[in-house]
Amino acid sequence: MARLQLTGITKRYGEFKAADDVSLDIADGEFLVLLGPSGCGKTTTLRIVAGFIEPTSGSVRLGDRDITGLPPWKRNTGLVFQSYALFPHMTVAENIAFGLEMRKMPKAEMTPKITEALRLVRLDHLSDRLPRQLSGGQQQRVALARALVFRPDVLLLDEPLSNLDAKLRQDVRVEIRELQRKLGLTTVMVTHDQEEALTMADRLVVMSEGRVRQIGSQQDLYERPSEKFVADFVGRSTFIDGRMDGPGRFVSAGGLVVACEGSGAGDASLALRPERLALMSAAAPAMDNSFPGAVEFISYLGSQVDLHVRLSPKERVIVQIQNRPEQPLPVIGEQVHIGWSKSTGRVFQS
Amino acid sequence: MSLAYILLPMFFVIWLAFFAQEIPSFPPGGYSLKWFRAVPGNDRFVNGFLLSLQVAVVSTSIGLAIGVPAAVCLVRGRFAGREAVNNLLLLPLIVPGIVLGIALYVFHVETEIVTGWPILGSLGGLVAGHVLIAIPWTVRLITASLVGMDRAVEEAAQSLGADRLTTFRRVTLPAILPGIVAAALFGFIASFGNLEMSLFLVGPGRTTLPIAILQYLEWKIDPTIAAVSVLQILFIGGAMLLTDRFVKIGRVV
Repeated sequence: MARLQLTGITKRYGEFKAADDVSLDIADGEFLVLLGPSGCGKTTTLRIVAGFIEPTSGSVRLGDRDITGLPPWKRNTGLVFQSYALFPHMTVAENIAFGLEMRKMPKAEMTPKITEALRLVRLDHLSDRLPRQLSGGQQQRVALARALVFRPDVLLLDEPLSNLDAKLRQDVRVEIRELQRKLGLTTVMVTHDQEEALTMADRLVVMSEGRVRQIGSQQDLYERPSEKFVADFVGRSTFIDGRMDGPGRFVSAGGLVVACEGSGAGDASLALRPERLALMSAAAPAMDNSFPGAVEFISYLGSQVDLHVRLSPKERVIVQIQNRPEQPLPVIGEQVHIGWSKSTGRVFQS
Repeated sequence: MSLAYILLPMFFVIWLAFFAQEIPSFPPGGYSLKWFRAVPGNDRFVNGFLLSLQVAVVSTSIGLAIGVPAAVCLVRGRFAGREAVNNLLLLPLIVPGIVLGIALYVFHVETEIVTGWPILGSLGGLVAGHVLIAIPWTVRLITASLVGMDRAVEEAAQSLGADRLTTFRRVTLPAILPGIVAAALFGFIASFGNLEMSLFLVGPGRTTLPIAILQYLEWKIDPTIAAVSVLQILFIGGAMLLTDRFVKIGRVV
């Protein structure tokens, strides 16, 4: 395992930049997740590390080697594909042996390694099967074992869970994460699924339009999003458009005067997390912000309930409340009060 | 209905082959195997068969040697005029065989005049012509199986340490093998049964089986022809069954 460093990676296709000045420093044994919508450059970045795409500029260092110009077969990276990409004409054991064979390992040394890899992914009983005789989850584990058996310097996961059904995906997340910790694998995973990203990562990188938007822990991204895109993409936010009207004072397009943190002036958006808003039956003058509103839509999600509350002709916010038996749910059309502290809303100047 | 339509001529040919009388007429005046016995004794048919077999095997092999790399380039490569090359390689399938034959004949004559090499009516000239028939089949079928292949499988091999050549040998080739076998089979059949083009390319004393049949028909109509046809059907059918045992061609074509 080794440290992986990307410095100023840019990939151009004509005028279009698939990756735009991406710099990442992944520590030995760290699990880094690249998160973003499709077309954000996360897969391009991963494929640059794997060696399938040559960057227009920038460098990739793995351990103490500069691998920028190396072909994929000289990089010693373990790659797990979204489609698993198992060799259909080889058995499970032969699939796993492939990487060792390419490293010219004698047969006698290979056998115990293959057995160990199979045991690691709990498939020791299926070593003679062909990939098509396995379930999706089993194929996924073979792909993982195949990428790990030759001790790669870095493990690269390209949306490895997106072809599994929802239930299995939850288990596999935990499984991969525990395996990664146990073996101390430097890992880069690409996903568009934020829940998956939040569960598995040590550190996350949010990307869009080829650029890194924010790097940080789960808390960093959720509590302190650096820009509107991140606030929108990680977790949920309701945005209210308006402008900053002096320090700590935001005026919405619909005329609401909101107390907030932050200074500056000019057009801005206020982001509110639905679960940080309080539902009250009466106005609360003691709160930083308290507005009356009418419930327009209710979505009942079981453990929690989303209320869509109109605060002004131009503003509607989502309020998430816990579904407790002692608290009667409002009905559509009911007048309620919504309150939040000034530290809740985050202002993004546009 | 369409099955009956396809099988009807074959049924009559097979039936005819067992008629006892020399002039094919209905109802048959008895049945006999003598026409089949006559075939091995007929040098024209035996030599025709051997030549057709030889030409088909050689031209199919050359067709594959050209077709496999061509298909790989067409599918994997990114170059200007890819579509044009692709269509060009299918051209022999579109040009009528007789036109192709005339064109090659004229070409051979001209080349022979200019260079002095004995091309006209030579075995080499005949094989070269047949390679032309085999290429569209090999390129088409191998292209199809390459397109149907998951590109990530090749990338997986490379990330595991296999260079391009090893990847092709260990991963790509096994994956497109059914396509290659199908291509070989169809190229072989197209070459083996070709009449129109071969008519212009054979030389004195060198006759392919279809031409031998045609020449025989010019003088005689007896069930020998039917018997030869039956043997030919059995031969090609056998080849298909044999390959099907190893590779499920139905999945490719």
